[in-house]
Amino acid sequence: MQRFGGGLNTEVRFDARTAYIRHSVVVRVTHWINAAAFVGLVVSGIAILLAHPRLYWGETGGVGTPSIFDLPLPFMLTGQSGWGRSLHFLSAWVCVLNGLLYVAYGVVTRHFDRNLLPARNDPRPPAEELQTYNLTQRLTYLTVVFVLSPIMIWTGFAMSPAITSVFPTIVTILKGQQSARTVHFIVASVLVTFLGIHVAMVYVTGFRTHMRAMLTGRAGKELHAGPS
Amino acid sequence: MLDRRKLIKSGIAAAAGASGLAVAARLANQYGLVPPDHGGIYGVGETLTYASQRLLTSRYSLAREFTRNDISRIAPVNGEPPQNDEYQSLLNGNFAGWRLVIDGLVARPSSWSLAELKRLPASSQITHQACEEGWSFIAQWTGVSLSYVLNLVGVSNRARFVVFYPFDFDINFWDSLDMADAFHPQTLLAYGMNGEELPTQHGAPLRLRVPRQLGYKSVKYLSRISLVDTLKNIGSGLGSASPDYGYSWYAGI
Repeated sequence: MQRFGGGLNTEVRFDARTAYIRHSVVVRVTHWINAAAFVGLVVSGIAILLAHPRLYWGETGGVGTPSIFDLPLPFMLTGQSGWGRSLHFLSAWVCVLNGLLYVAYGVVTRHFDRNLLPARNDPRPPAEELQTYNLTQRLTYLTVVFVLSPIMIWTGFAMSPAITSVFPTIVTILKGQQSARTVHFIVASVLVTFLGIHVAMVYVTGFRTHMRAMLTGRAGKELHAGPS
Repeated sequence: MLDRRKLIKSGIAAAAGASGLAVAARLANQYGLVPPDHGGIYGVGETLTYASQRLLTSRYSLAREFTRNDISRIAPVNGEPPQNDEYQSLLNGNFAGWRLVIDGLVARPSSWSLAELKRLPASSQITHQACEEGWSFIAQWTGVSLSYVLNLVGVSNRARFVVFYPFDFDINFWDSLDMADAFHPQTLLAYGMNGEELPTQHGAPLRLRVPRQLGYKSVKYLSRISLVDTLKNIGSGLGSASPDYGYSWYAGI
């Protein structure tokens, strides 16, 4: 029998009456690509930030000018912001292209309608807890996908001198390039917090079941087979 | 039977995909959409960023300009002026003996004194300069458009990049621009800053200003400009000293 690390058994057999596909293949693939790209973005984001761990508001800021927030981190000028940027942009490309695929898929297949928009007066209780998302989960996922991620892309673009030469409004509306950098950092922190809670909830509510559902797509009442 | 058909189909699809990619790469290179540091896994990101920004930004989109009131009181710098004797003696002589050499693929290779450059039509801009580290400032820069000088010396059709050499270019990064940024109306050879002579720390007597890219592309302490058709034979062949230190050649970000 094939086993993943941690003894996650993918060959579990399900009661045929309750077995169903929890996550479609597109959702599963884009989920894990996004997970990898997000880790790349966080690691490289920290590498870039460490070159100047101070945040400002407005157009400009630097040593000797007032900051709005000094992070309790050392100034690291060891060149890590170089590979940091390269990894950041590579991960950002993967994240954005993958995210666009996911959103297009979600719209076309009505995945967002059916699974993420708050259910409208559906009197039927879900057959099983795992089969559906509760209101908090739905709102959280919608916020991450349709509010926080677009803000990250927007504020990222707003720091680019080349892109703002074409679309200056994206930075002037934020009061300046340093404001864009600060918003980028704050929203990134919110997303990292989300990731922490997301992973913790997966552990708390059944690591194996959730991982199996997100890796193989399969879920349902397990049949307890004899020794194999 | 079915499996074999599937195999043939996916084989054809893979071949079509690979040749499609090869054609795309060739076209991209022909239209100047591939940066010199396109190799390796990070090169994929560099190429996507450079190509998409070149397609998006046109040659004429202008970096934002500001008013006198926006000029920063503090304009930080990185790095020290060149320490070599040649530069130090020019500095002591107030750059009277300094000349900017322009050579390579040009009709009239020449060298220019500071006074000669100052007699050319002056151009001024108040622009934002961001360091890749994260800090930034706004300053007014005065000088002559690089495009004006390039037109005077007559650039060959074969030229694809403009290479900028500072004094002491082992320590002060040499760099290069593609023709889109070299002929961009805001790309400046600056000899003045905030209404005064360019301060030593900011690259006296002459520096480059490329306001659509991060600060490190604005090469300081210029001594020579060279037009080339390829960057492969210069340094590590990656278009500037920056990739040797892990930084991108293209910094429009």
